[in-house]
Amino acid sequence: MPSDVADTAVVDSAVVDAELPLDDPRALAAVSLIWREAHLLDARRYEEWDGLWAEGGEYVVPIDREATDFASRLNLVYDDDRMRRMRIERLTGGFSIAAAAAARTVRSVSRFVVTGREEDALEVCSAQILVGYKREDTFVLAADVTHRIVFGADGPRISRKIVRLVNSEDTVTASGFLL
Amino acid sequence: MTVTPDIASLAASDRVAGTLYTDPGLFELEMDRIFHSTWVWVAHESEIPKAGDFKTTWVGRRPVIVSRDRRGGINVLLNRCRHRGASVCETPQGNGNGFTCPYHAWSYALDGTLRGIPYPEGYEDVVEKKDLPLHRLKVGTYAGMVFASFDHDIEPLEDFLGGARLWIDRFMKQGAGYPIKVQGEHKFRFQGNWKIQLENTTDWYHFPIVHRSWMSSVDAETASMLSIMTDETAVTHALGNGHSVSVSVAEHADLDVDDGTEKLQDRFGHIVEELSKDMPPEKVRRIVRSLHGAGFNLNLFPNIAMSMSFFRVLRPISVAETEIRHVALGLDGGPEIVNRERLRIHEHFQGPFGFGSPDDAEAWNRVQRGVAGGADMPILVNRGLGREKPNDFGQATSHATDETGMREAYAKWKRMMTDAK
Ligand code: FES
Ligand SMILES: [Fe+2]
Repeated sequence: MPSDVADTAVVDSAVVDAELPLDDPRALAAVSLIWREAHLLDARRYEEWDGLWAEGGEYVVPIDREATDFASRLNLVYDDDRMRRMRIERLTGGFSIAAAAAARTVRSVSRFVVTGREEDALEVCSAQILVGYKREDTFVLAADVTHRIVFGADGPRISRKIVRLVNSEDTVTASGFLL
Repeated sequence: MTVTPDIASLAASDRVAGTLYTDPGLFELEMDRIFHSTWVWVAHESEIPKAGDFKTTWVGRRPVIVSRDRRGGINVLLNRCRHRGASVCETPQGNGNGFTCPYHAWSYALDGTLRGIPYPEGYEDVVEKKDLPLHRLKVGTYAGMVFASFDHDIEPLEDFLGGARLWIDRFMKQGAGYPIKVQGEHKFRFQGNWKIQLENTTDWYHFPIVHRSWMSSVDAETASMLSIMTDETAVTHALGNGHSVSVSVAEHADLDVDDGTEKLQDRFGHIVEELSKDMPPEKVRRIVRSLHGAGFNLNLFPNIAMSMSFFRVLRPISVAETEIRHVALGLDGGPEIVNRERLRIHEHFQGPFGFGSPDDAEAWNRVQRGVAGGADMPILVNRGLGREKPNDFGQATSHATDETGMREAYAKWKRMMTDAK
């Protein structure tokens, strides 16, 4: 029996089918939204971040990178609107010592590809590199991110965000911030 | 080996020296005298249900494989090739026929027997395969909990668990008629000594303080269920051998006991409705009453806790770093809606993005940083000494917010660290 089984990431197969980002006029709006989201999360402007979401949004940081059925397994984050808003309340409410001592973060999001199109939505995959700093320690978290951006009457909104950390199945260092 | 007088003086019955968290020499001794000597939890049987199933884990700092062989036996094997030392398996969990070393392809069976050596001519009159199996640890199981020890002369697991067995049995009752199964785990590390976490499992004193943000995010019924400070029925018992239990929800200490007065929580209304479609009301009630798990935290020295609805597994990395796994549990063969609700409850509190664990980790790191301020200053574990009394079993008993469990753990620590063979 081979001792090591190579990791195969689901997103890889999606990338094979990738189209260039800018051949759809909505792609630039989607990428702008994702960048704005990264900006707000680094600045810990969580209330404004909440405003980027469409009603019924799904925010997931899975443990199993291959998972597609998140409800039936354990995740790091599995939020509907209610849970996401409670999370924001926790991070801003002043009762959490981890949030009060949150790591400072700087993240960049790039390698955008459009991986899905619907009449009113785009699916965009990207790479996110986050550098965090807390108490003499600087660390890196890398993730494949998939956004589903819906285009409604009030402009583009996030309807689903899945953050697949490269090390999601190992120990994850995170303290008081969001991916 | 002789008793080291210095160590005995570091742990009194009501206080321990701050160096217990910071001295690398003590940490090395702990690995030898505690983790590489006593019973250490390695798995729950549901993680390796079928022949050929295996998982990799650690006993102290040593890598091990836990495997289920063709005869159904559980083996715990040192994950180290007998040739020149390579690890033979780096897959966290899987199923196979055995383990083949990647370096020169010595192959081992699921029970560690050395089966094959490539190009064996070079070993004629040099090596007998039967002499070189993977190193085996002694294995013991109780109620599905799998423990291993490097000491083949260690006392039987049942004796080691002693007074904790009653509480292990009670813990498993949250299956509500179904066996308990592992549903996944959260894994994180904190910069601090392992004993800081060990203390924490039966520390209900910190709960309303550190977990205020979690408390304020749950429904009023769940918050009131855990209002321990003013609850006279919330007690902690020293169970012997370093083990202790801290009861937070007395009416859920034994989930088979139900006087019928407890109102099921409104938050589980949708589950009651769904289950009631094809289940008698008593069974629905039994399952829903168990959704938060058992009403206590059981701390088993040195590395495993059975806390309400999950296992907490502790792995010492270094004197100032510890890995924690919070293992989510479910009902094997039970209703899907129940297992999903249990996953959501687990996600809400645990893990690096939970509403509870990050606050714990912050507090523990602050302990590690603070103790640097005075090696000779004691850590106080004397809360409740004035009101601690033996219960009917003669177990030291006090309020759940008291430090009875920590005193029990440090008494065991002291014995193991000074009675070394
Ligand atoms: S080190 Fe394992 S076969 Fe050589
Ligand atoms: Fe805690």
